[in-house]
Amino acid sequence: MLAAIDWNVVFIVLLAFVKAFVIVNALLVAFAYMTWTERKVMGRMQVRIGPNRVGPFGLLQPIADGIKLALKEDITPSQANVWIHTIAPLLSLVPALIIFAVIPIGPSIPLGDNRSWTWYIANINVGFLYATAIASLGVYGIVLAGWASNNKYSLLGGLRASAQMISYELPQGLAALSVIVMAGTINLYEIVEQQNRNFLPYVLLPTGLVAFVIYLISGIAEANRAPFDLPEAEGELGAGFHTEYSGFKWSMFFMAEYVNMVNIAALAVVLFLGGWWPAVDQLGPVLAGILGPIIFILKLALFVFFYIWLRSTLPRLRFDRLMALGWKVLLPLALANLVLTALWVAFWPIGWWPFA
Amino acid sequence: MAFVELKAPPPPGNPVSEAVADLTAIAKGLGLTLRYFFTKPVTLQYPEERPSLPARHRGRHELERHENGLEKCVGCELCALACPAKAIFVQGAENPPEAPISIGERYAETYVVNMIRCIFCGFCVEACPTEALQLKRVFELADYSRESMIFTKEMLLAPRPKREREDSWLPG
Repeated sequence: MLAAIDWNVVFIVLLAFVKAFVIVNALLVAFAYMTWTERKVMGRMQVRIGPNRVGPFGLLQPIADGIKLALKEDITPSQANVWIHTIAPLLSLVPALIIFAVIPIGPSIPLGDNRSWTWYIANINVGFLYATAIASLGVYGIVLAGWASNNKYSLLGGLRASAQMISYELPQGLAALSVIVMAGTINLYEIVEQQNRNFLPYVLLPTGLVAFVIYLISGIAEANRAPFDLPEAEGELGAGFHTEYSGFKWSMFFMAEYVNMVNIAALAVVLFLGGWWPAVDQLGPVLAGILGPIIFILKLALFVFFYIWLRSTLPRLRFDRLMALGWKVLLPLALANLVLTALWVAFWPIGWWPFA
Repeated sequence: MAFVELKAPPPPGNPVSEAVADLTAIAKGLGLTLRYFFTKPVTLQYPEERPSLPARHRGRHELERHENGLEKCVGCELCALACPAKAIFVQGAENPPEAPISIGERYAETYVVNMIRCIFCGFCVEACPTEALQLKRVFELADYSRESMIFTKEMLLAPRPKREREDSWLPG
């Protein structure tokens, strides 16, 4: 006699699987076309055209690149630690992909019967904690890749990555903490709802603005993007931690970097820009539910453009300056901002605090 | 050799004003890249689009003819003497009076330019007393072997032999 199957549970699990599949693939397609966008935008900023040979406007270029990378010889250096060398790219890519599970990209649409269509895979109470915890795991892949390659430059790249990521996680976390103090929750969906209820994204508050700027700068450092791309530093380290990688394993690092950019941008949108704001409930739940993801993705695109813009503008920092910026400027600022926010939330007269 | 003059680093100023200066510099840089983002790219889609070269561009050599078809070159070898890369070899000979090849007493029996050696300085053209040698606006000179880069008199003489590449964008 079979135990009664709870079809509701089966359905929920299946739906989560489908959503996860869709999100992972969407992220990878986004990665592919981010490379295209980056090359096009940087080309135009350097008064060039950028890729335009494969397909109209070079739109098939990412596909050509993908085929090339997949078919390329996968070289493992003879003295490398084969297992770690193979696992490292996965260690960096998988955390990048699974962060998106908790990111709500649109308001839920109630379908009646106590059910609703949700624009996230999981709405967990510790959403923010989950995202930051998983994001920190990505550095293992980079450090282990640098170590397992048996190459001095790779090792240096890996060490730089670990130092950099540990340094910049602090201001990033503290900046995000200001938002959490204001919101009073670490459930990401709740944080967005909090902003939309009051029709006021946190970035419009003075403390929120400071936190946003700190978050943005340390986010770029977390994603190893220019001008903080010291772990790669072509000119100094010959590509750093992925010097000894080729073919598909190399492209996994590449994917991880770009997906991390999306993750950090997504978290910034959720924490500071009010997610799908201004697609609030007043528009009607269905319209808001359909417009929401579009607005969210547009905001993400703005971030991506900003990253590319910065990359084509700023030169790479020197390592000691990077550390000085992280520890001597951003960390005290973030700390002071957090204290100010906490004081504001705790002691300001009720009417002055918009989220009481 | 000129030496780069080393300047002492500026004394550390007020951190706030320094930060403001740094941020203004970043904003300026971002403004610059954004401005260029909206300008037209300078890229020339080369095989499809052709460059418009200046009239005095120094490209492939050509031995000119008079209007009556006689060669302007009189085999004086001054071009070979002027050549700093020693790319030109000229062997002069007596011009046969019954069937003249050039207008002078002599003509170039052999005229060879080694295009690998040539540095396109144009000294040969300046040295030529009869204005027989010209550098044309043909720049697509790449080929597959060293031998084919040695241009013989037949290849250099105008009107051009069939080995000449298409250069229809050139006037005349």
